[in-house]
Amino acid sequence: MSVLIFIDAAEGQVKKASYEALTYGAKIAEQLGVTAEGVVLSNVSEDLASLGKYGVKKIYQVSNDALDHMDAQVYTKVIAQVAEASAATVIVFSNNVDGKAIAPRLSARMKAGLVAGAVALPDTSNGFTVKKNVFSGKAFANISVATPIKVISLSPNAYKIEAGEGTAEVVPFTATVDTPKVKVTNVTKASGEIPLTEAEIVVSAGRGLKGPENWGMVEDLAKVLHAATACSRPVADAHWRPHNEHVGQTGYAIAPNLYIAIGISGAIQHLAGVNRSKVIVVINKDPEAPFFKAADYGIVGDAFDVVPKLTEAIKKIKG
Amino acid sequence: MKILVCISKTPDTTAKIAFTDNNTKFDVNGVQWIINPYDEWYALVKAIELKEADPSTVIHLVNAGGADADPIIRKALALGGDEAIRVNTDSHDSFYIASQLAEVAKQGSYDLIFTGKETIDYNGSSIGGMIAELMDLPYVSLATKFELSGTKATVTREIEGGEEVCEVELPVVVSAQKGMAEARIPNMRGIMAARTKPLKVVEPVAADSLTTVAGFGLPPAKAGVKLVDAENVDELVRLLHEEAKAI
Ligand SMILES: Cc1cc2nc3c(=O)[nH]c(=O)nc-3n(C[C@H](O)[C@H](O)[C@H](O)COP(=O)(O)OP(=O)(O)OC[C@H]3O[C@@H](n4cnc5c(N)ncnc54)[C@H](O)[C@@H]3O)c2cc1C
Ligand SMILES: Nc1ncnc2c1ncn2[C@@H]1O[C@H](COP(=O)(O)O)[C@@H](O)[C@H]1O
Repeated sequence: MSVLIFIDAAEGQVKKASYEALTYGAKIAEQLGVTAEGVVLSNVSEDLASLGKYGVKKIYQVSNDALDHMDAQVYTKVIAQVAEASAATVIVFSNNVDGKAIAPRLSARMKAGLVAGAVALPDTSNGFTVKKNVFSGKAFANISVATPIKVISLSPNAYKIEAGEGTAEVVPFTATVDTPKVKVTNVTKASGEIPLTEAEIVVSAGRGLKGPENWGMVEDLAKVLHAATACSRPVADAHWRPHNEHVGQTGYAIAPNLYIAIGISGAIQHLAGVNRSKVIVVINKDPEAPFFKAADYGIVGDAFDVVPKLTEAIKKIKG
Repeated sequence: MKILVCISKTPDTTAKIAFTDNNTKFDVNGVQWIINPYDEWYALVKAIELKEADPSTVIHLVNAGGADADPIIRKALALGGDEAIRVNTDSHDSFYIASQLAEVAKQGSYDLIFTGKETIDYNGSSIGGMIAELMDLPYVSLATKFELSGTKATVTREIEGGEEVCEVELPVVVSAQKGMAEARIPNMRGIMAARTKPLKVVEPVAADSLTTVAGFGLPPAKAGVKLVDAENVDELVRLLHEEAKAI
């Protein structure tokens, strides 16, 4: 028996979210007294055996050109075959873009109960219960899974990556691979940018910045912190910033280590997407801004004055 | 062209989140219910746009829920659905709900099935993928753009740090998010018309439930904000570095 972890990669690169899933899955395996195994469906430039340091003992690698792009229908069938070979009782995904497409399909295919967006290890003391966020992070729920096989997708940034010693045995796996019905014709990636949902630090700004021309100081701050940039909904709606920066209840839900909110009032719908951030810093000129109630640190002041100073101060400690 | 749009009912985004019955039930007291924003703003409006481009298009709405979902279904009809089907159930298990929706979808032989990206209460992001698997259809999730030419759909979907354009032959299941369309408000004519549009209630088919909610909880409250003087940003940096260990 095993815990099988889906190792998600893009352009030959294992995604950070997969290291989290590997660490998390290996911990579950330890808890259940079974082995942790991985499955990878693409060619990865990284030495797969070295992923053993996260606790996986064995990695099934399926190589097939039809798997170059993620097609949930095709991937699901292949992962189901690997799951059977590995006698998996728990299958772990990251609840990222690919996980959201594949995990539900696999759950339906294998009639294996799914917990989407888990934030902690399962409680196996009495059955199998997993904690996840609900109501856009305003609450959590403990979900009991009654089926013999369980599918868990782990919320990004919810579980700390831990690396130890060890190498994994990499075994080629021959699977029946269908021809994808979804054909990818074009991929655009903002190169060098840190994907918002994976970022450790996020610098975000709202309508308090007055206009798109003032985002330079936000980007400067993000740069010294190696942070991703985000914005409130009205900012994206007004096309000051691209839609893929919109965080909140109807945008991305994120959980970075540090969230810096500049000129954002802190409306309940905004907080819903960012309240799982570990540390929240608010910069707002209005001391009554509701965001201060949800913040860990705050500066009451004019963003145009505070933000450039903050960037300089950080530069100093970063040397 | 026949389109099925999956519509769910969620608490208003400002609703107070509290629980009753020893933290096993969401407290519905005083809660305003809305159409899940992703279903309304993106999935449904996209379907309406497709109908505007080709008036022979038929839009059906489906909801798995109790009679208390009827008002939001009527609102969706007012926005532009032609008729609605409600599967009478109170279940919250994704697989059970997806099984019901897939059954309706099979009966109606739709060319296109739209869901929202996720419900803002249970945040499963799961129903669309499950329906696709139960029907053995392709699934394009987290779509931000959708165009149709004949029976071929060109869909843009989100990937980490970018987007991907893909092509797929109908029928297909698509989950919609921001970018797909712009939110609309129902007009008087739509509201009047919605009163007489068919809303059919069907009983659920036999299906398994794979999960149950054992209990809910609220995250611990924040300790309170530490304010730093605007003239002293160095102090903020020191706190973030030494105390919070965040930078
Ligand atoms: C159904 C629904 C869903 C929604 N979903 C989302 C969502 O997903 N995400 C989201 O963000 N919003 C969402 N909203 C909108 C939300 O209610 C707020 O309207 C929005 O978050 C406000 O954005 P803001 O804080 O940038 O702007 P404002 O509310 O206008 O706040 C601007 C802030 O900047 C401050 N400020 C002004 N000048 C300066 C200065 N020079 N220096 C420092 N501070 C300054 C002001 O004091 C103020 O607090 C949703 C609303 C609804 C109804
Ligand atoms: N009870 C329901 N009835 C109809 N559609 C639903 C229901 N629950 C979820 N959906 C659809 O599935 C999408 C994803 O829901 P979820 O997997 O719960 O996050 C929603 O945006 C809806 O389009």
